[in-house]
Amino acid sequence: MKALEDYLVVDFSQFLSGPSASLRLADMGARVIKIERSGVGDICRTLYTSNVIMNGESSVFHAINRNKESFEVDLKNEEDCKMVRELLKKADVMIHNFRPGVMERLGFDYVTVQQLNNNIIYAELSGYGTDGAGKGKPGQDLLLQSVTGLTWLSGNAGGPVAMGLSIVDMLAGSHLAQGILACLFRKATSGEGAFVQVSMIESAYDFQFETITTFMNDGGALPERTAQNNANAYLGAPYGIYKTGNGFIALAMGSIPVLAGLLGCKAMEHYTDPAEAFDKRDEIKAILADHLQTGSTEKWLAILEPADIWCSDVLNWKQLMEHEGFKALNMIQEVEMTDGYRYQTTRCPIRIDGELLVSSKGSPKLGQDNERIISQFVTVKSSVHE
Amino acid sequence: MRKPLEGVLVLEFCQFLAGPSAGLKLADLGARVIKIERPVKGDACRQLAIKNLFVDEDSLLFHTINRNKESYAADLKNPEDLEMLRKLIAKADVMTHNFRPGVMEKIGLDYRSVESINPKIIYATVTGYGKEGPWAAKPGQDLLVQSVSGLTHLSGSSEDGPVPFGLSVTDIMCGNHLTQGIIAALIKRAKTNKSVLIEVSLLESALDIQFEVLTTYLNDGGQLPQRSKVAGSAHPYLSAPYGTYQTKDGYLALAMGNLIKISKLIGCDISDFYTNADSSFENRDELLLLLGETFKTNTNVHWLSVLEPADIWCAAVLNYKEAVELEVFKNQQIKQQLDLGNGRTIDTTRSPIRIDGNKLYAAKAAPKIGADNKKINNEFDLK
Repeated sequence: MKALEDYLVVDFSQFLSGPSASLRLADMGARVIKIERSGVGDICRTLYTSNVIMNGESSVFHAINRNKESFEVDLKNEEDCKMVRELLKKADVMIHNFRPGVMERLGFDYVTVQQLNNNIIYAELSGYGTDGAGKGKPGQDLLLQSVTGLTWLSGNAGGPVAMGLSIVDMLAGSHLAQGILACLFRKATSGEGAFVQVSMIESAYDFQFETITTFMNDGGALPERTAQNNANAYLGAPYGIYKTGNGFIALAMGSIPVLAGLLGCKAMEHYTDPAEAFDKRDEIKAILADHLQTGSTEKWLAILEPADIWCSDVLNWKQLMEHEGFKALNMIQEVEMTDGYRYQTTRCPIRIDGELLVSSKGSPKLGQDNERIISQFVTVKSSVHE
Repeated sequence: MRKPLEGVLVLEFCQFLAGPSAGLKLADLGARVIKIERPVKGDACRQLAIKNLFVDEDSLLFHTINRNKESYAADLKNPEDLEMLRKLIAKADVMTHNFRPGVMEKIGLDYRSVESINPKIIYATVTGYGKEGPWAAKPGQDLLVQSVSGLTHLSGSSEDGPVPFGLSVTDIMCGNHLTQGIIAALIKRAKTNKSVLIEVSLLESALDIQFEVLTTYLNDGGQLPQRSKVAGSAHPYLSAPYGTYQTKDGYLALAMGNLIKISKLIGCDISDFYTNADSSFENRDELLLLLGETFKTNTNVHWLSVLEPADIWCAAVLNYKEAVELEVFKNQQIKQQLDLGNGRTIDTTRSPIRIDGNKLYAAKAAPKIGADNKKINNEFDLK
């Protein structure tokens, strides 16, 4: 039995943040119905990355929306709204990520939905919160990275370097899923419904809780990245990734004189004071970077690993997927859409009772489940969909 | 409001960041979290300082991750301590650990043994790379996991070589996944009344955050991500103008947007490189450079006043000084103060989740090692 079996989630959200939360709930066993705008659907369907189109839709849509159903409706049409309200009466969870004010206008705000279904868990995801200064600003990943200081942590000293995927969307989705799950637990024990709210900006600050706390208690000193081989603005040498004779090597913690001895790097030997690993990290990293280019990655790993120095090869996806360490995880699954189109994607990263949470159900075509959903949940039928 | 996890008792055998960050999330949602720590030394994170910042004898880092928890000191190699722990485990709802595979088996607190003490326990483990395969014994350290996961080929420019994310992203995401798994297990247990085993690993979490781009890779004939050569480009799979740009007095971020509209607004002629919609990806490098030349000629305030009214998705790139001065940081009350006693406090951030309209605050500072032994011994009748 899956943890969320028999739970019904009605998801109005689009793009990545909200839908990544409902994907997690789906993989845990919930039935997730996407409410999609008639004719268009989730805008993510046409949000292509590097122009990759799979079965007529974007690769990211397929990644985010597998294991879900699609209910195509026009929320400006009263007949359709009636059907959605019928569905919400049976739902355990409802999710949306519209800008503040939109759900009020459509008549699906928390107060209204609660009147339909008193113990529903109503989950709302916004960019900057629903009240106050940022209300209504676009909740877009790169912009949230930019305003919360995140771009000064990666890359070498110099200009801002963004994290190269939509990390804030995923964090917010992850936090929303936590809030929903916690309230489903409360509901399971007390029957109470709930109102869960997450914003991308709060999630972005939470992601940086260690470094912002450091900043706030350190007299306001800004993070300083190293001139080269930076991997963490707050850590000393050797922490970083270095070029070798034939590739790259990642080095985490390790005493500088010990490393100097193991690697045969004389120039590094005299940094014997542990404080120098931080205070003189630019100097040390420059020496280390030069030295590591004199040998292959394999050579250095063969010296460092047996000495319990934390180090690693640096792989791309092709190398990763060929590695036995990756294969042992069974991380890839194949899913199939209702029209027979099959594609590969990753699975849920959580194991429950030793089982992988996989599902062969691919992403839905727009409106593919209307008939079934209407016949199952709707007593007042719309003329449009009969 | 009744916090959703009120009444849930969590025993945290985890150290460092991944596991304890999950403990913190559970605590903020209402659970009671007791850290089980070895006497004298405790969680190794107590000594792991960044910028050498300590609060009394413990690092500020430890305080950040372990606020709102209790501490119970016990020596897992001492039979008497172990006996008391078994009694405590019998009363717990959840236990978490991140020992390397095999350690808990030796101590006798592996899942099978614990299940026999408490048949309704949620037993949750964090590993670096899972329990099987050649990497199972490798150290589960954030930078190393980033390095094998392919994540370092997504940020920065193609000139940079691998660029890791500049904070412990795999630990933090793994902590988030652990939190989700644990709460899902509590829901499952509410129905079955039986113990549940939850397993997460840093590597699986590192792969999960790449699920969109990995799915693209798996279905586009295996083309590796190609970052732009241009500094400031922000996503290997997204076209111009996506990125950050230097201006006369700072940096500006531009998300996805209509290039023709944007170039007109800022007065930049892109006609040489933009001939149709595909150009924005195909000529990404040239377009990023061209826009960059124009942005350099004026200030952030100027460009924002041109772009924002036209609904172009843009923002100034801020540092921490500016980020904590933001109106939204203040009016959403993202900061909270921890009470160290004697009038001393630590400023930190609060939980990012709101329940029933309430922000979740907790002023309780991180515990000293064994701070709660006496209370817990009495309360659970352990001695």
